[in-house]
Amino acid sequence: MAGQEQKNVAGRTEEVEVPDTDAGAAPAGGPQASAATEGVDDLLDEIDGVLESNAEEFVRGFVQKGGQ
Amino acid sequence: MTAVRVMGSETEYGIHAPTAPGTNATWLSSQVVHAYAQLTAERAAGGTETRWDYTDEDPLADARGWTVPRRSAHPSQLTDQPAELTAAQIALEGGEMDADSVLDGGDGTTALMMNMVLGNGARLYVDHAHPEYSSPEVTNPLDAVRWDAAGDAVALAAVRQIARNTDLPPVNLYKNNTDNKAVSYGSHENYLMPRQVPFGHIVTGLTPFFVTRQLLCGAGRVGIGQDGAAAGFQLSQRADFFEAEVGLETTIRRPIINTRDEPHATADRYRRLHVIIGDANLSQVSNYLKFGTTAIVLDMIEHGTVPRPEIADPVASLRAVSHDTSLTGLVRLTDGRRVTALDIQEMYLEAARRHTDYTGASDPQSGDGHTAAVLDRWEQVLTQLATEPAQAAGQVEWVAKQFLLEQYRDRDGLAWDDPRLGLIDLQWSDVRPEKGLYHRLLSHGRMERLVSDDDVQRASVEPPEDTRAYFRGQCIQHYGRSIVGASWDSVIFELPGQRRLQRVPTREPLRGTRALTGALFDRHADAAGFLAELLE
Repeated sequence: MAGQEQKNVAGRTEEVEVPDTDAGAAPAGGPQASAATEGVDDLLDEIDGVLESNAEEFVRGFVQKGGQ
Repeated sequence: MTAVRVMGSETEYGIHAPTAPGTNATWLSSQVVHAYAQLTAERAAGGTETRWDYTDEDPLADARGWTVPRRSAHPSQLTDQPAELTAAQIALEGGEMDADSVLDGGDGTTALMMNMVLGNGARLYVDHAHPEYSSPEVTNPLDAVRWDAAGDAVALAAVRQIARNTDLPPVNLYKNNTDNKAVSYGSHENYLMPRQVPFGHIVTGLTPFFVTRQLLCGAGRVGIGQDGAAAGFQLSQRADFFEAEVGLETTIRRPIINTRDEPHATADRYRRLHVIIGDANLSQVSNYLKFGTTAIVLDMIEHGTVPRPEIADPVASLRAVSHDTSLTGLVRLTDGRRVTALDIQEMYLEAARRHTDYTGASDPQSGDGHTAAVLDRWEQVLTQLATEPAQAAGQVEWVAKQFLLEQYRDRDGLAWDDPRLGLIDLQWSDVRPEKGLYHRLLSHGRMERLVSDDDVQRASVEPPEDTRAYFRGQCIQHYGRSIVGASWDSVIFELPGQRRLQRVPTREPLRGTRALTGALFDRHADAAGFLAELLE
């Protein structure tokens, strides 16, 4: 199974430990698998270019009526 | 049966016209259906503006054995009434009418297209205030992924068609489940089950599984609570909207186990288990696991081999599991044990291994060809989540979304309540590949594919070959002009010169397949000849 060789790094808890509150403290960019972080700068640059321009207004304007 | 069973998906899309805020959502949704009808009319011989046949709908039948009186039902539960908008209603709602968007309702009133059956066997319609795609019936989780993704292709085609129409504002569709302002809309699964399985067994066998399967198939959400007001990230779009353990409702007091009992099939043999707790998935692996693992758990319930960890407070645990991205939180069982959500998933996986070894369904040679793959994938993902969750960023949707959000937080120092993170969450699910962030990750090879884009395109046009959806879809493709209505369990023909309509029932989901009817379609170019041979 993939992941067995990673066993020795287990035990590190990453991300938000107290998710119900705005813990504020960032997870200090927890050590991700390096393959995943490779090329991330380019990816974020590209996404910057496609994100709707006024985030606050756009998110506020997305109002739905109830569904199932 | 195991992972192989008749199943299908329903997706209600979030709908938004950024340049025309306040536009009536039902009217906008009808424009989506109408836009797709315009496209298919160009493609199919007879157009595909086939009406829905409501004869066999029974949304108030409860699987526990009773029926809710109509007068005590919430109006949104009356899904067996056609939801057509009249010109007067639209005027009252402040919507605009233009000549192109109006179709003759056929009964003297003018109605917008609200409901159509597609040539791939799916249904596209307006449900409440959202466009909804209900996939054709399929027989396995990989096909469920394929024909569910086909719905996204249909949604995209409608968005493009509307964008070409200068009389309409651009419309965006989102495959998500909440507006983060206390409103949720669903993505449902349906599974065919033998009726003799007692409903109580379904409830006890499924509840712990449903509380924890969000680890595999949660789509991720920025914001905590129904209105998303508390800052943070959680596994599931839907978890905060569930308030009951068992019930008939789908729009209010949402239950973990839904008891709607409309089999859309031979009622004394089958029930259709209507699952409302899932998130809409863009990630193909999450979607695959959602359908595949659930189908296997249902098989264990039917055979009495399902594990029964009884969760003390399922509704509270559902939310707690969703809010716990560390995956270390403990769930209290009625026997006093405290276990993690991963532990519960491991119990189910282990039982599924034993069960399918015994039934032979997972045998690499003689098995059903799907169960072994689902089990291997289930185990792989659970192992990743238990050791290093970031490893699952190419497979599990909430992990993928969290990874992207964390990168933004790192780079720009954003707090969880920063509107840009809310925008990333929303835009994750935009169906347009150039705008949707899931699609951006997919094109970068960061999300694993189980089906190709070509496969999905084909599935948006062609029905599955191994269920009655084949019959429905082929009828519409071949004889659309002669069909006046269709539903899950019927196709209604109107032949020229005949005063009576001819209703063809399709109550057995595994009949009407290509193997059984393909040659018949090949032999008849016209509906009259086809019907004559079919009914002789």
